[in-house]
Amino acid sequence: MYNFSYHRPNNIDSAIAILRKSEDGKIIAGGQTLIATMKLRLAAPSDLVDLGGIEDLKAIRKGTKTLMVGSMATHTQVTTSSLIQKEIPSLSKLASEIGDQMVRNLGTIGGSVANNDPAADYPAAVLGLGATIVTDTREIHADDFFTGMYETCLKDSEIIKHLVFPIPNRSAYVKFKNPASRYAIVGVMVAEFDNGVRVAVTGAGSGAFRIESLETALTKDFSNTSIAGIKIPTDNLIEDMHASAAYRAHLIQVITQRAVQEAK
Amino acid sequence: MTAMATKCFLNGDLKMPASITVKVNGKEVTEVIKENTLLVDFLRDSLRLTGTHIGCDTAQCGACTVHLDGSPIKSCNILAVQADGAKITTIEGLSTKEGNMHPMQKAFRDHHGLQCGFCTPGMIMSALGILSKSRKPTEAEIREGLEGNLCRCTGYHNIVKAINSGAEAIAKAQE
Ligand SMILES: Cc1cc2nc3c(=O)[nH]c(=O)nc-3n(C[C@H](O)[C@H](O)[C@H](O)COP(=O)(O)OP(=O)(O)OC[C@H]3O[C@@H](n4cnc5c(N)ncnc54)[C@H](O)[C@@H]3O)c2cc1C
Ligand code: FES
Ligand code: FES
Repeated sequence: MYNFSYHRPNNIDSAIAILRKSEDGKIIAGGQTLIATMKLRLAAPSDLVDLGGIEDLKAIRKGTKTLMVGSMATHTQVTTSSLIQKEIPSLSKLASEIGDQMVRNLGTIGGSVANNDPAADYPAAVLGLGATIVTDTREIHADDFFTGMYETCLKDSEIIKHLVFPIPNRSAYVKFKNPASRYAIVGVMVAEFDNGVRVAVTGAGSGAFRIESLETALTKDFSNTSIAGIKIPTDNLIEDMHASAAYRAHLIQVITQRAVQEAK
Repeated sequence: MTAMATKCFLNGDLKMPASITVKVNGKEVTEVIKENTLLVDFLRDSLRLTGTHIGCDTAQCGACTVHLDGSPIKSCNILAVQADGAKITTIEGLSTKEGNMHPMQKAFRDHHGLQCGFCTPGMIMSALGILSKSRKPTEAEIREGLEGNLCRCTGYHNIVKAINSGAEAIAKAQE
């Protein structure tokens, strides 16, 4: 790993100031992805700005019909938060199944969402629950946030402050995981709101995506039988040594049905 | 700029070295390190606490597991500077001053929870992480808790047995 200057500001304004001033500064949150990237020299930032010293970013709060989760909330915090367990149990279950206990103790929701790994879990929740990503400069709806494999619409030196999740009537996240890496081969978030159902899939494409045919059918009738006959097209699904596109399409079908049955 | 920092800057490798203060196994230490030093290298090379092992250096095997403010983490996947101000416990911090083993260490010995022993420090630190969430974990909870630890020798069954028995011994001692 190349060396860099390390900074640990205790408020967001100084974090932004350091990032803007630096030649090629980068945010470090839990470091569970970034450190590996830096060891491989795929990233060689001049400056690392650690958000770990900013207490505000760790808060989890309830708003009107929403939950606000700070970007520096660790996967363990999201798993064990009684507020999240009560209001959006699918979100705490999702966090509890990320990687292993050591990764969950350091990895954060903000880091996962900013990184947008095509097999990561949180992007499915953010998209499936229709969350809003709040940065230091703007609010971005999930539908506009993820722009491609490992790509988001975040600008350099833009910091995710927190995510606002609308509280659904019921929801569930089910993942079929790669037994070695624990990342999703297919993961599906299903969420029912007063104005309709959202279905988001991760692990199967170049990033998380929604499936309109499943959403329409489930909005009419929230039951697993209502979607049993819907065929998932294999176009744009990834094919790798873990699963073929056809297998992934099949998994999406089955896993969405399971999620519908588990939704609470 | 100090002479040392200037020199470091010129060779393009070392920028301003950082000073960190951490409490390791109950003892406070302050050291000046390069900012790109991993926590595991700090523990092993600067503090000579070589009980924490490096198996993969890619956050896969868990041999480097230590506790950061009471929670298990992989010390090969965190910078030492990120741990500034924290309390760290390594395998060396578990036995008593007189050198008596921690009940979890005893349980690993009694149940043949190790063969070559390379993964053992990490396994034991993870085992204690499992107990911090559940005093009497089920077998499924133990196996889930070991997701991040690999063992090349034992086939895991005896490790699971050891953790179960260690948990019972610890719970009994607390009653
Ligand atoms: C062994 C292992 C298993 C894993 N298994 C899974 C799994 O099953 N499912 C899963 O989803 N993930 C998994 N992960 C990834 C893990 O969840 C990471 O923690 C996560 O992807 C990155 O979060 P982080 O906080 O560690 O971010 P970092 O590594 O610190 O940062 C990642 C990127 O996001 C940027 N960033 C971080 N925070 C912000 C912010 N607030 N605003 C703007 N940009 C920001 C950084 O600059 C960097 O580019 C695994 C990781 C490991 C090592
Ligand atoms: S050496 Fe850290 S996880 Fe393998
Ligand atoms: S005892 Fe040899 S690696 Fe586990």
